[in-house]
Amino acid sequence: MNVPIIETKNVEMRFALPTHFLSRQKPVLHALSGVSIAIEPGESFCVVGESGCGKTTLGRAIMGLLTPSAGEIYFRGTRIDQLDESARKPIRADMQMVFQNPYASLNPRRNVFDTLAEPIRHLKPEMNHAEIRAQVEDVLDATGCDQSWQRKLPHEFSGGQRQRIAIARALVTNPAFIVADEPISALDVSIQAQILNLLTDLQETRGLTYLFITHDLSVVKHFGTRVAVMYLGQVMELARAEDIFARPKHPYTRLLLDAIPKLTGGSFDKPRQPGELPDPVNPPPGCPFAPRCSMVQDRCRSERPKLRPIANSATQAACHFAD
Amino acid sequence: MALLEVTDLHVAFPRGKHHEVEALRGVSLSLKKGERLGIVGESGAGKSMLAFAILNLIAEPGRVSQGAIRFDGQNLLEMSEHDIRGIRGNRISMIFQDPMVTLNPVLTIGTQMVETLKAHRKISTHEARRLSIEKLKLVAIPSAESRLDAYPHELSGGLRQRVVIAIALLTDPEIIIADEPTTALDVTIQAEIMALILQLCRDRDMALILITHDLGVVAEVTERLMIMYAGLCVEEGPTQRIINAPTHPYSNGLLKALPQNSERGQDLYQIPGSMPPITALPSGCAYHPRCEFATERCHVSAPDLVNGIACFHPLKADAKAPA
Repeated sequence: MNVPIIETKNVEMRFALPTHFLSRQKPVLHALSGVSIAIEPGESFCVVGESGCGKTTLGRAIMGLLTPSAGEIYFRGTRIDQLDESARKPIRADMQMVFQNPYASLNPRRNVFDTLAEPIRHLKPEMNHAEIRAQVEDVLDATGCDQSWQRKLPHEFSGGQRQRIAIARALVTNPAFIVADEPISALDVSIQAQILNLLTDLQETRGLTYLFITHDLSVVKHFGTRVAVMYLGQVMELARAEDIFARPKHPYTRLLLDAIPKLTGGSFDKPRQPGELPDPVNPPPGCPFAPRCSMVQDRCRSERPKLRPIANSATQAACHFAD
Repeated sequence: MALLEVTDLHVAFPRGKHHEVEALRGVSLSLKKGERLGIVGESGAGKSMLAFAILNLIAEPGRVSQGAIRFDGQNLLEMSEHDIRGIRGNRISMIFQDPMVTLNPVLTIGTQMVETLKAHRKISTHEARRLSIEKLKLVAIPSAESRLDAYPHELSGGLRQRVVIAIALLTDPEIIIADEPTTALDVTIQAEIMALILQLCRDRDMALILITHDLGVVAEVTERLMIMYAGLCVEEGPTQRIINAPTHPYSNGLLKALPQNSERGQDLYQIPGSMPPITALPSGCAYHPRCEFATERCHVSAPDLVNGIACFHPLKADAKAPA
């Protein structure tokens, strides 16, 4: 079997919340509790979930922007979560990130050429100016940007053009793996399709592997190979993209699918009860989804289900009663 | 007779000392009692501007330069600020995108609801509180009595938006204008809120103007649909007819670009380019630079909205179209 390009083993992320200095309580927010995923080369691995489920935290932990409280992260079989800044530097060129909001992720005072040259200068100091220039021109072509953009500043571009520049910046060091955190949510519908097509084309021409973080399941259906559905810092279901739509196993996945507005209409006709995420500082002892679950039993409130393979399928689900 | 009738509405903003640009370039709509109308467009198409104009809320230096807005026989544009307050927030209510911005963070929910009621009705505080609790129960807020003394930050995003809806319903309005009411919310919460709005409109025979960029949401909730592009309505008609058989190339492009509407593994259909800013509109039809059917005529003159379509080369309604 191939070595996964990215593997996480029981990654935990806890944040201590600010407290009053006299307070005895030390509240801790569990952003990730025991996340284990393995991403194979060439995949478009999607992470879906609602806000606060830990999907962005997972992406940031893999990129090394956050250090896990416990657990291990591997890149091509090498453990990377404990590396210090200088030891990590050679790997950084291989792993890059695209952020949600291209209005915030580009430095407004830096022109496109400098934005794109910066990662090369930092991560590949051996390259001379001519090589950097050639690399920048190459990546601008690959992402559908015009060469005349090089001397322009971000405010001269529309949202879709900015996101192309952000993608070009991620590609300029020739990475193998890209974390894309909601790369199309801030864009208009007609622009979303342009960016999704660009990401698909780049995957084919450059052999990229994606970790695609999104809240939109319809994007997963079109784009993803496998998908992890997260809820309150845990993976609730791990499945092939086509299976998650045809045969969802976890009740939470079914709730998510049911909530997608359909072009045929009619699925919002019944009133729905208000549901909300439990407090991540004091998570319930059992299944985090138990308070909203329609098939909840006593066992769910006391015992937290582990991610387990479901019989006769390639899916894993964290539910006592999934089958 | 229509409850609300907007005819040939133009909204202009000054540009330089002697020039003006138009954010709305002649939009008409009519809304019957109890009818649900969706307005869809990309950011900058003028859909929020239309909502603000209907409520006479266009801020300086912008102004309504032409047109009429008739509500129940009166022209809202010719009414005094005092008279329009009897309609705005009373007979026409509005729900905005972000409940955290709509609600005052330093006042309790109860104070804000009582204040709203007392501004429009001569009633006692006690009676106002009773009515407020009634409306909170109507929007399915659990333990409504105790929530009256809660501050907005103590509620989750979904509950906050339910409170905003309860406030909009306080005066039993005839029209609700909802401007992207669920864009800031998660998908499962969006489904709850939209199902609630749909149910309330049906039960109370309330008209709805739903402004959104999400075609799935309008398909679920509305009966009639307006597609806006660059300050104009380009197509108007029954929601399911447009979604199944769009006749304007832009509506067609928007629908084809949705990931739901394309095969897995194939490129998404993409509309080239992006919507022009109102300061740099092309000649003729504003959509012609992006349109695959554009001819010489489209460069020169702009098509009028005739029979719900503003295009010289409308697409043939295909076999899927209902009779």
